[in-house]
Amino acid sequence: MPNGEIQKLIITEETAKIRPYAVAAVLRNIKFTKDRYDSFMELQEKLHQNICRKRALVAIGTHDLDTLSGPFTYTAKRPSDIKFKPLNKTKEYTACELMNIYKTDNHLKHYLHIIENKPLYPVIYDSNGVILSMPPIINGNHSKITVNTKNVFIECTGTDFTKAKIVLDVIVTMFSEYCENQFMVEAAEVVFPNGKSYTFPELAYRKEIVRADLINKKVGIRETPENIAKLLTRMCLKSEVIGDGNQIEIEIPPTRADIIHACDIVEDAAIAYGYNNIQMTLPKTYTIANQFPLNKLTELLRHDMAAAGFTEVLTFALCSQEDIADKLGLDISATEAVHISNPKTAEFQVARTTLLPGLLKTIAANRKMPLPLKLFEISDIVVKDSSRDVGARNYRHLCAVYYNKNPGFEIIHGLLDRVMQLLNVPPGEKKGGYVIKASEGPAFFPGRCAEIFARGQSIGKLGVLHPDVITKFELTMPCSSLEINIEPFL
Amino acid sequence: MADGPVAEVLLRQLEAADGGLDSADLAAKLGVDHQAVVGAVKSLQALGEIIEAELRSTKRWELTAEGEEMAREGSHEARVFRSIPQEGLAQSELMRLPSGKVGFSKAMSNKWIRVDKSAADGPRVFRVVDSVEDEVHRRLQLVQGGQVEKLGEKERSELRKRKLLTEVTLKTYWVSKGSAFSTSISKQETELSPEMISSGSWRDRPFKPYNFLAHGVLPDGGHLHPLLKVRTQFRQIFLEMGFTEMPTDNFIESSFWNFDALFQPQQHPARDQHDTFFLRDPAEALQLPMDYVHRVKRTHSQGGYGSQGYKYTWKLEEARKNLLRTHTTSASARALYRLAQKKPFTPAKYFSIDRVFRNETLDATHLAEFHQIEGVVADHGLTLGHLMGILREFFTKLGITQLRFKPAYNPYTEPSMEVFSYHQGLKKWVEVGNSGLFRPEMLLPMGLPENVSVIAWGLSLERPTMIKYGINNIRELVGHKVNLQMVYDGPLCRLDAEPGPPQTQGAA
Repeated sequence: MPNGEIQKLIITEETAKIRPYAVAAVLRNIKFTKDRYDSFMELQEKLHQNICRKRALVAIGTHDLDTLSGPFTYTAKRPSDIKFKPLNKTKEYTACELMNIYKTDNHLKHYLHIIENKPLYPVIYDSNGVILSMPPIINGNHSKITVNTKNVFIECTGTDFTKAKIVLDVIVTMFSEYCENQFMVEAAEVVFPNGKSYTFPELAYRKEIVRADLINKKVGIRETPENIAKLLTRMCLKSEVIGDGNQIEIEIPPTRADIIHACDIVEDAAIAYGYNNIQMTLPKTYTIANQFPLNKLTELLRHDMAAAGFTEVLTFALCSQEDIADKLGLDISATEAVHISNPKTAEFQVARTTLLPGLLKTIAANRKMPLPLKLFEISDIVVKDSSRDVGARNYRHLCAVYYNKNPGFEIIHGLLDRVMQLLNVPPGEKKGGYVIKASEGPAFFPGRCAEIFARGQSIGKLGVLHPDVITKFELTMPCSSLEINIEPFL
Repeated sequence: MADGPVAEVLLRQLEAADGGLDSADLAAKLGVDHQAVVGAVKSLQALGEIIEAELRSTKRWELTAEGEEMAREGSHEARVFRSIPQEGLAQSELMRLPSGKVGFSKAMSNKWIRVDKSAADGPRVFRVVDSVEDEVHRRLQLVQGGQVEKLGEKERSELRKRKLLTEVTLKTYWVSKGSAFSTSISKQETELSPEMISSGSWRDRPFKPYNFLAHGVLPDGGHLHPLLKVRTQFRQIFLEMGFTEMPTDNFIESSFWNFDALFQPQQHPARDQHDTFFLRDPAEALQLPMDYVHRVKRTHSQGGYGSQGYKYTWKLEEARKNLLRTHTTSASARALYRLAQKKPFTPAKYFSIDRVFRNETLDATHLAEFHQIEGVVADHGLTLGHLMGILREFFTKLGITQLRFKPAYNPYTEPSMEVFSYHQGLKKWVEVGNSGLFRPEMLLPMGLPENVSVIAWGLSLERPTMIKYGINNIRELVGHKVNLQMVYDGPLCRLDAEPGPPQTQGAA
């Protein structure tokens, strides 16, 4: 440290509402080559993309210290009050202008939203008022780093203190190798608005103690503690056997922020051993298998539906509001449908409340197939249900359609009779039986619709589809359909 | 009709023909109506492979009704000319003639006649030349005689403009010899009948031999969907291995069960709107097991259970956010939580195969909805070696015996492994699944005993199905744009059998 003092970064309280945390450090007398320089930039980009969660959590700024003069101030100001020459530009702009300019920049446009609509934007100054950066968007051109830069000032700002510290640790540990004093990092002091002062980087090494037999037991190997210590050391986790000979002390470097539990160490040991070297054994777990009753019933029904001459389809659970409402003559509010927020296209607006649209769309997409088309699907629909913990539930429906030059109501009715026969539900009003009663619905041709009652409840409807429904789904032939809930038959 | 005279002649002509013949040409040659030839072609087709007929569309030039009249009588202008005597004809009289009006202007423009307006009793029309060549008449007769090609393009379009000629699309057949060609047409095949059986007359009848090369009549049954046929097989495999099926009949899940309970931090990119479908309505899960939620909160933010934790501020409202589940591991978490509440602990094996939803970029092999297969084993002292062993048994039942394991990363398993198998067809190692041991930070807050390990693995249902059935575009398999012909023709799903020849994918 040239004049005996470390660099200081002072955080003001204005940052609290937008980007409260900052850490800093210095790499002294570093020697960049083109490769090292490129690698330095690439590391920052990679860190930005993952642990910094696309700069939202942490943003890194690296500066040529010789062009600046500390102490530095990290504050937040009104966009119109911030004016500087940003990286690689030739003139000064205000922050407002920059936000506009970068709207079309393919790289930077993704980060604008982080501060765009806030009243104050973060900004870092040096003691002469030179702007180092406006995190997380762009650094100033003044302190740009080149291959000839000798002293680097690194600052990381963000909304996650832990991650900011980790990121700083990673950068300095990876690049201190190129400093004149190899592997030496110069600390920097950061003063928070409450007056508290910290020194960074933390570079905390910590020691964990893990029992050798734990590692053996979790991986399924039988290595001596010494061998395990060797394996871990090969993974850059310096280890040695201590104590009663069964314990291993492991030094965890600051570059391994991912090690938060012994299981992380177990994985490293297994990787060093080589997964493909581990002996494969079968667990002795003895269990009797059970099928989920609803799926068991579905499997049985599927096969007999095919035997009855109908072909199975598999359609999407997500669709447009129109598909389950307008096209069936209903209002969307009457469907109790689950709505998705910010759907990218109309095809992802709601979860289906009926299987019928999917079947009709399948017919429309397979117009050239010979008639009649007889399709079915046994699958889940979704509706809102406030009695459930999440506020919605699935129902297992069976739906079949008959599409031909004639509507074929008697065929769809016959299919219903067959399904009831398979479910051992006798025809008739008496207990446990089923009966169909004339009904109406906007999706059905008047006078050609019936509601099905079984086991004391309405389980669905069947009928000839209304011509409006047929045309709205871009079909041309008459069609009849059947849709029931099969859960009462469990 | 197949034994009619036209059919017989057709067959004889075909025998002599080199390559084949055109039905319209034949009709012209025989002097019969084209439809008669078409009828003969169709009935011969019905008999089997005697002939091959290819439908062709040909355009021909034909005279209109007016054109035909003109071909008979001559063009209007020629008739006008002929009706003018040496001494001329009064224009008014001329106009009253049938071809008068039309022919007059044409004859004038051809400079065949002239009008003397100054004549005494009204304009008088005189011949200019002595005789004329009725070109139009000549051309029309050429067309009638089938020699339209002798006319130039310009001449044709002139005639067309005068509505004398029109282009007609004729559908003809190009007939060639079939694999069972013969000039003698057999009479209706004699088939065994009940009368023949009871009377015994079958003994005296000749029975023509069957053509065993022809296809039979496919039975008129229904079909099962290929992806679901594969699902049935996977269910069967799990049941054979003693795995119990978990309830997964809930597409809607809370962020808590989908992410937080699995120790996936709230700042994780997968919890972005870009990857996950969040709900507008119902937006939040109102009921959560609060004791458990507190333990999860503490583990995320402060650590515990031997862990450092993630050290961030965990928010309850984030955990309440409802979504369409991104994996069935949320169902596994619910099942393991229920298991943990039962004391004393009993080991369990669970599986599920059900739909999951991802809000990602869509392409030929990715949709927003697909099916995930998941297997879970919870027991004391399970190791990575056990996981590999059970994977080996599982994949052997799929006919996959060569397996390799590679380190991987999942937020909720550690150690994690990607599973690879060698694909004979592609001649390379391909990923067939993902697996690992659930992290203690996930299991211990549930209340599972400390020495219980849970191994788990998962894969998609669509991928092995597409490989098995040779499908390249996932939309032909899943969703309403399914190729129904492929569903009709799909073979049995036999996962451990050798792959058969690639299915021909005829257009639907």
